[in-house]
Amino acid sequence: MRMKLRQSLALAVTAVATLALVACGGGSTSASPTAASSASAGTSATQAPADKLIVGAIHVGSVKDNGYNQAMHEALEQMKKNLPNVEVIEAENVPESADAERVMENMIQKGAKLILPLSFGYLDPALNVAAKHPDVIFEHPAGFKQAPNLGTFWSDTTSMEYLMGIAAAKSTKSNKLGWIIGFPIPNILTSINAFELGAQSVNPSVTTQVIVDNAWVDPAKEAEAVNALADSGVDVVTMIVDSPATVVETADKRGIMSIGFHCLCVQQSAGNGWLTGIGFTWGDLFTQFAKDVMAGTWKSANNVGTIGKGYATIAPFGPKVTDDTKALIDAKKADIIAGKLNVFTGPIKDNGGKVVIEAGQTGNIPDLLGTTDYLVEGVSGKIK
Amino acid sequence: MSTPFAQGVAAGAIRSGTSILYGALGEVIVERAGMVNLGLEGCMLVGACFGFVATAETGNAYIGLIAAALAGGVFNQLFGFLVVTRRANQLASGLTLMFFSLGLTAIVGKDYVGRKVQGLDTWHMPLLSDIRWVGPVLFRGDLLTFGMVPMALAVWYALYRTRWGLSLRTVGENRTAAFAAGLRPERIQYQALFVGGMLGGLGGAHLSLSYAGVWVEGMTSGRGFIAVALVIFASWQPLRAIAGALLFGGAIAFQLQLQARDTSISPFLLDMLPYLLTLLVLLVWGRNRQYQMPQGLTEVFEGTS
Repeated sequence: MRMKLRQSLALAVTAVATLALVACGGGSTSASPTAASSASAGTSATQAPADKLIVGAIHVGSVKDNGYNQAMHEALEQMKKNLPNVEVIEAENVPESADAERVMENMIQKGAKLILPLSFGYLDPALNVAAKHPDVIFEHPAGFKQAPNLGTFWSDTTSMEYLMGIAAAKSTKSNKLGWIIGFPIPNILTSINAFELGAQSVNPSVTTQVIVDNAWVDPAKEAEAVNALADSGVDVVTMIVDSPATVVETADKRGIMSIGFHCLCVQQSAGNGWLTGIGFTWGDLFTQFAKDVMAGTWKSANNVGTIGKGYATIAPFGPKVTDDTKALIDAKKADIIAGKLNVFTGPIKDNGGKVVIEAGQTGNIPDLLGTTDYLVEGVSGKIK
Repeated sequence: MSTPFAQGVAAGAIRSGTSILYGALGEVIVERAGMVNLGLEGCMLVGACFGFVATAETGNAYIGLIAAALAGGVFNQLFGFLVVTRRANQLASGLTLMFFSLGLTAIVGKDYVGRKVQGLDTWHMPLLSDIRWVGPVLFRGDLLTFGMVPMALAVWYALYRTRWGLSLRTVGENRTAAFAAGLRPERIQYQALFVGGMLGGLGGAHLSLSYAGVWVEGMTSGRGFIAVALVIFASWQPLRAIAGALLFGGAIAFQLQLQARDTSISPFLLDMLPYLLTLLVLLVWGRNRQYQMPQGLTEVFEGTS
């Protein structure tokens, strides 16, 4: 009996230690109870102008991931530089669960008047906290619901993928391009389609091969996927997974070219094979949010920027991109911004030969982002 | 430009199989000593993390490998304390330690996510690596891939040709008899866990220092569990583990190579392949290999009664 008790104790201690560690790994802000200062008991932020602001930001991963989270973090840094009287509290590795609510509450206690829950899965937790704190403003990325004090923002990079396709098609020698994606969801399929359409616009014989990883984060599998694509003759790869780092590094090892996504910073890992990429650049938008909140002029809205808005930026070109290609990309970019070029101009067939956009019609990108369940002609890969 | 399909799969099998083989060899030693360590996944994760951290700090991937091996060995001592000393349930302890390692490595590795390190060097063996078909598959790799066969041989030698191996297997078959014969079963089990943990740590380090070249939380993604299943497939024989690791590594590589060559098979079905293979192995070999299983393993629930 005594023995049994001791065993259970040993197990229980391990279990508790494990839970504690997991929890710490989760929310890495330290909950300092002294921080509940008078700042939180101030006036309603939506009306009175303030000259100081505390911004609370929560990230789903590490801010040094060379990907999505790092792009968000760099935007916060830029906001701090633009507005010296703004203070930022950040928390990393916060699970998309009730834990997120606890972290947000904690930040509000420390006096945060603008909360940026920076991952898709934080939407419902943020709406819950927003309902309890009408004097605190929230801005959520890619959200599809708003509240009087919760606005949403995103950057639609679809037409930029068209330009990436041009860069890839102009640089490939084998006429085979490759994509590695976490999951085949509509907005990613739309990106791949735009990419292939861009590629075909300069070289109709270029094909794109898609590999589905079934994981947002599995670097070993991402590496093997690059190897498999390189083995099959692909010489330009791009991706939408959490961090582009492994894909661009493995491509470099295999001596093939790569196009980045999420963070401009990944270019450092890419070596000579780097063509270009798309990076989120939210710095000016975050600065505007902070200014509006301080001035009391903030309004709840769904703020989706397209190519001309600057919420996302085309990364600097690598040495393999010729000046002609750069000029062509600039011209096409100008056409898209001016409304002269629609990426999804019919007739467009899917890769089964079915017409998905009729001749003379154009696809509406916001609709496509939510509904696309096909790959266009020229893209191979099963998605179901 | 393009590589033949079979060559791509073979090279991929070796790349993916390396980490699995080291993990499986570690588990062979541990199971031969009469324990089932489901915490192998955690042990590999600890190796991946500490190996990466040490490499980032020292700038030398070989120091990273040593750190990974030591970290794996020390981590397994926790399992030893729970299971050998405290006689806790083996399965529960292993799983608990796996979760423990998820949290531990998340904290330790936090500042190293996104760091770029100089990983293990890739060696191209002169002349041999240019042989058509075979060269690129067999004679290009890093220290750990070239070490696969020698390491399996070394484990085989240690288990079957040394006095320590004989004692270890005796303990695995029957602790009481081993004790009566004057051996110290607990000490031998701790030793087995340390050596097995070192190998598991090396397996994890191959992921972070060579294969993927990054550290990310939870990056072993179930490869440790595949390695545990592999031990049954290999019927607790280190040399057969080589074939098993190549088979499972091959399954991972095969499905990605198939996707890269435009098949009409769903990627979701293909992604099940390594796990279907695991199930198949358990179904086909699980039962009729029981006689080859170390007898001590039939008492995995020792301590719960």
